[in-house]
Formats: sequence, C-alpha cells, structure tokens
Amino acid sequence: MTIERILENMKSKFQPDKNGYYGQFGGAFIPELLYPNVKELEDNYIQILESEEFQEEYKSLLKDYVGRPSPLYLAERLSEKYGAFIYLKREDLNHTGAHKVNNTIGQVLVAKKLGKTKIIAETGAGQHGVATATVCALMGLECTVFMGEKDIERQAPNVARMKMLGAKVIPALSGSKTLKDATNEAIRYWIQNPETFYLIGSVVGPHPYPDMVARLQAVISEEIKWQLKEKTGKENPDTIIACVGGGSNAAGAFYHYMDDKEVELIAVEAGGLGVDSGESAATSQLGEVGIIHGSKTILMQDEYGQIVEPYSISAGLDYPGVGPLHAYLYDSKRATFLNATDKEALTAAYELTRIEGIIPALESAHALAVLPKIKFKKDQVVVVNLSGRGDKDLSTYIKHLEE
Amino acid sequence: MNSIQELFQKKDENLLSIYFTCGYPNLDDTTKVITELEKSGVDFIEVGLPYSDPLADGPTIQDSSQKALENGINLDLIFDQLKEVKGSNKTPLVLMGYLNQMLKYGEDKFCQKIVDCGIDTVILPDLPMIEFENHYKDLFEKYGITNVFLITPHTSEERIRKIDSYSKAFIYVVASASITGAKGDISNNQVTYFERIKSMNLQSNLIIGFGISDKQTFTTACNYANGTIIGSAFIKNLGKNGIDKIDDFIKPIIS
Repeated sequence: MTIERILENMKSKFQPDKNGYYGQFGGAFIPELLYPNVKELEDNYIQILESEEFQEEYKSLLKDYVGRPSPLYLAERLSEKYGAFIYLKREDLNHTGAHKVNNTIGQVLVAKKLGKTKIIAETGAGQHGVATATVCALMGLECTVFMGEKDIERQAPNVARMKMLGAKVIPALSGSKTLKDATNEAIRYWIQNPETFYLIGSVVGPHPYPDMVARLQAVISEEIKWQLKEKTGKENPDTIIACVGGGSNAAGAFYHYMDDKEVELIAVEAGGLGVDSGESAATSQLGEVGIIHGSKTILMQDEYGQIVEPYSISAGLDYPGVGPLHAYLYDSKRATFLNATDKEALTAAYELTRIEGIIPALESAHALAVLPKIKFKKDQVVVVNLSGRGDKDLSTYIKHLEE
Repeated sequence: MNSIQELFQKKDENLLSIYFTCGYPNLDDTTKVITELEKSGVDFIEVGLPYSDPLADGPTIQDSSQKALENGINLDLIFDQLKEVKGSNKTPLVLMGYLNQMLKYGEDKFCQKIVDCGIDTVILPDLPMIEFENHYKDLFEKYGITNVFLITPHTSEERIRKIDSYSKAFIYVVASASITGAKGDISNNQVTYFERIKSMNLQSNLIIGFGISDKQTFTTACNYANGTIIGSAFIKNLGKNGIDKIDDFIKPIIS
C-alpha cells in the first residue's frame, strides 16, 4: 500500500474531497463571477483555521465572549420521563442565544486574515443575522444582512437587534421573500461587490463553505466528548439528536462522532403540517438530487427542477435544501433522519419549559420532539443539541398557549 | 459545424443577439418572439429557460422568469414550442438556463431534446469549468452540443486561455462584475478590460453581454468584440410595449 493510500484510508469518510464532494454531494456550482472569491477562500481556509494565531484568537473569544464551554446538562426530569439519560448541550446559553455565533466569530476572523472589511450575510429567523452583526460590531466591520421581506415582518425583534448593532438590513423582495431568497440576494450582491466577504450561516453553499462552517461548529462535539467523559466516564453517547434546516448545529454536534459507528446520529427535520401535507420542510423525505446556492445536495423541487418553497413554523428550518454533508449522511445511512411537525415541536417546547424550566428555540424543539418516538433501551445515553433559546419565538409560543 | 461558428464565418462583426424569456409575457409567446426577432434582423437568439432561482440575473429577468412560471411554462412546453419554429426559423438559437433544470430533467434526455429542436449551443452560467472537464464535456460531445463559458473582469489570464481552448461557439464576455441588467454607459474601466481581452488574440469569437442596452452601448462594445447580447433592456421593452413593437426596439440598434 502506498503512503497516499494509507493516508487516504485514515481520512474520515465524512470529510469532503479536494473538489468539495461528500460522496456525490457538494461541489461549487457558482457562476464564473464568483470564482475568484470562492477560490481565494478555498486556497486559504484550512491554513487559516489550523494556524496557531487563529486558534488562539478563536478559542479565547469563544471562552470569554461567547461563554464557552456551553454546559452539558443532565435533564433529570426529562430523563425520567423517557427512560434514558438525556443530556442537553446548552448552545442556548451562548452569547446571542444560539450556536450560530461559533461560526460567525470564526468566519469574521477568516475574513480579517483575508483583508476583508465588509461582511454580508443572509438570515431567515434572524439568528445568524444577529450573530453576524454582533461580531461585526465587536470587530468594527461593516455589516449588511439580507433578509426576506416576509421574515422581516415575522421577526421584528431580531431586525431591531441587528439595526441596534449597526448592521444594514436589506429586504429580499424576490421570489417567496424568505431565507432562500435572502440567500439569492446575498449571492447577487456578492457578485456585484466582490470585495465583500460572504459569511454564510449554515453548512450550505459552494465548497469550501460547508466544510468551513462544519469545522467551526465542531467545537460542540469536541466539548461533548470531554464533558460526557467527566460525567459518565465515557466519551461516546449512544445517541445524538439535533435538528436540521441547513444543518449547522447538527454538523457541529455530529462532527467528532461521524466515524464512530457505535454512536447513533439522529437528524430531525421540520415536518411542518405533516410530511405529506404539501406544507413541510422535510427535505430528505421530499427532495431529490439538485443544486441550490452552489451546492449539489438533496433539494425540494418540482419535476422541472424549479425549487419548491418549504414550510415550517420555524423560520430557521424552512430551507428547501440541506447541507451536502447531511445529504451524504442520509444517503449513506450513517445518520437517521426523522421529522417533527409544528404541533409536535410546540408540545416539546412546552414540555421542556414546564419540567426543566428551559424555553428552547422552536428549531431546537424539533429535536426534542422525537424523544417520545424513540424506544430507548435501559441506561441509554442521549445527547440532544439544544441549539438555541426561545426568546425569539415567544409570540408563537404565546399564541399556542391555550392549545 | 456548430451553428454559431457557422454564423461567424458569414458575419464576424457587429452581431446582435437578443435574450428573451420563454413563456413571457404570455405562455404562447415563445414562437412569436422568435419569429419577430428573426424578422427584425437579429443575428442569433438566446432562448432563456425561466428558473425559480436565477442567481446570475437581475430584477428584470427574475421578474420575467417568475411571470413565465406563473403562466405555466415548463421545459416540455418549451421544447414543443421550439420544435414548432424549427422548420421556419433560420436564426441560430442558443439555450440559456441553469444547471439544475438539466440535472432534474435528465441530462441525456435534456441534450436529446435540444438537439431535436435544432439547437447545438447552451449557456449554463452556474456550470463551473471543473464540472465541465470532469463530466459535461463528454456528455455534450456525445450530442454535438457546445457549451459557452463566461469570463469576467476578474477571470485570470490563465483561466481565459483555458476557456478559449474549450470554446467552440464564442466566449461570453461579461461586461462588468455584475448580474444582468442595464448599467448606463460603458465606463473607462470597462473599456480597459475589453481592450485587455481583445489584445489577448484569442482563437474564439467574443460576445459582450450584461449591461448592454441600446445603440450606444452596442456600438461601443462592438469595437472590442464580434457582437453583443442584449437581454434585460429587451425584456423591459417587451413587457411594456408588447411583441408588435419588437422591431421598433431592434432597428434603431442595428441600423
């Protein structure tokens, strides 16, 4: 066996190849106009991420600014109810209230190393927009966030936060005026302003974004490993559960466990009103191979390849695609893909609030919502990634208080 | 020989190509627009496949695409419409769409259909060179189809040389770092860029597009290339004045 061959075999199956492919998924399907930008990033991102200077700055900010490590909390009452040891990875306790900031801090540092001073981002519910605006305020960078006109109306508090943080919020007026269109508009702006750095919020987009974002979110599973060892004596849980829209919090929670076959990975998509209702965002169940935002992945589309608008009560999960890593985890059957409806997510959110005193984000509530659907064996150790807190969803929660 | 290449052998300067969106303004307008464009003396026609998420397009083409999709246009209807004009139309057609449309339709089926419509040239702005080299080059060759590459002010010389070697119809010179749509006059920076490309003495013919909208920008651009493509400005005019006035838009440009 040649050295190259040995090295190749040692490499994780779940890392992209040199062209950004996870199996048949990934790549960089971008117009020539974006080639220099994406190429610049591709040529430099690993070197930057692995440099001592970056690691020092990134880790110090995660510790002192974000408040990491985020606790791994044994939810005793929840555990008792479902007959398993259920640990919550408390990403909701991060500064800005979700896992998104792990990525924005990392990418802003990358942007600075590349000499970029203007940041653009897309946002759906506004969590990534807020996390981007926050780090831009911290670093003194100009920040422009694209957000669907419909989402701007639905998520007023986050729009106000971004503005207070000094970001410019540009409404996306095209298409369905939600996350997909905000991303389109951000890409179009990037084409016209190639000096800007596009800070993508999930493990989506052209290579190297999915890999870069996954590496920046990998801190979640890195911490789970040592935290779980401290608590149980073992690094590996039996099961990890995370919600998936684009898939960044799941990518982070799965990252260091992907090659450990004994760890069961469960991805939970938004079922909306039900997978077969026509109002759903369960991409793996409803999608087929297709290209969105520069990546070949599983995509919700009609028979002519027109992208279909997904639906979910959660603005952070209604993306018609899924990151290419997740498409591969699904296709290779490494991860199990479940889904939870709006109603199941609401019920789970109320349950966690009432028995643990934690109000989860609607997105994270989808991950919790599959607990009743799984038959746990005795002493099963389960980690649920609690990706965000529920403050932003209060109006939705209050509306359903009576139900 | 490729139909566009053949065209260039007859005429190699001041060529005008018009982009239009199939199924716009009305579902059945595809054939009428082609017929009118041919009558007006357009040299070749870019047939736009409406797409839900056209990343490289500005508001005008986004809107026409959305309207066309709302009209109920789809690839099967488009291929039927294009077959209708196949016998009568002598002006070469170039198909412009996004890669996902071909992927979902079935790559071989898609290629066969366009060949059946008498089309041998495609523009797929989100088809990157590496994917072309790894897969699509062979696929297209199998069907005698030529792919048009885009270059921009930021495309490196090395890359342009490579694109030149792959191009059989023409190189699409994107006039500025932008999406489609009018930008007003051509700037000095753009002229410098056009001159740089022209001085490279490429084997391929050059067509300038993105931001070309009227007689003035057409004439200026034609100094540095074999011709130009006008898209958004034409769509705007078509939406406002209708098919009957196509000639009124084209004539002042080419006269």
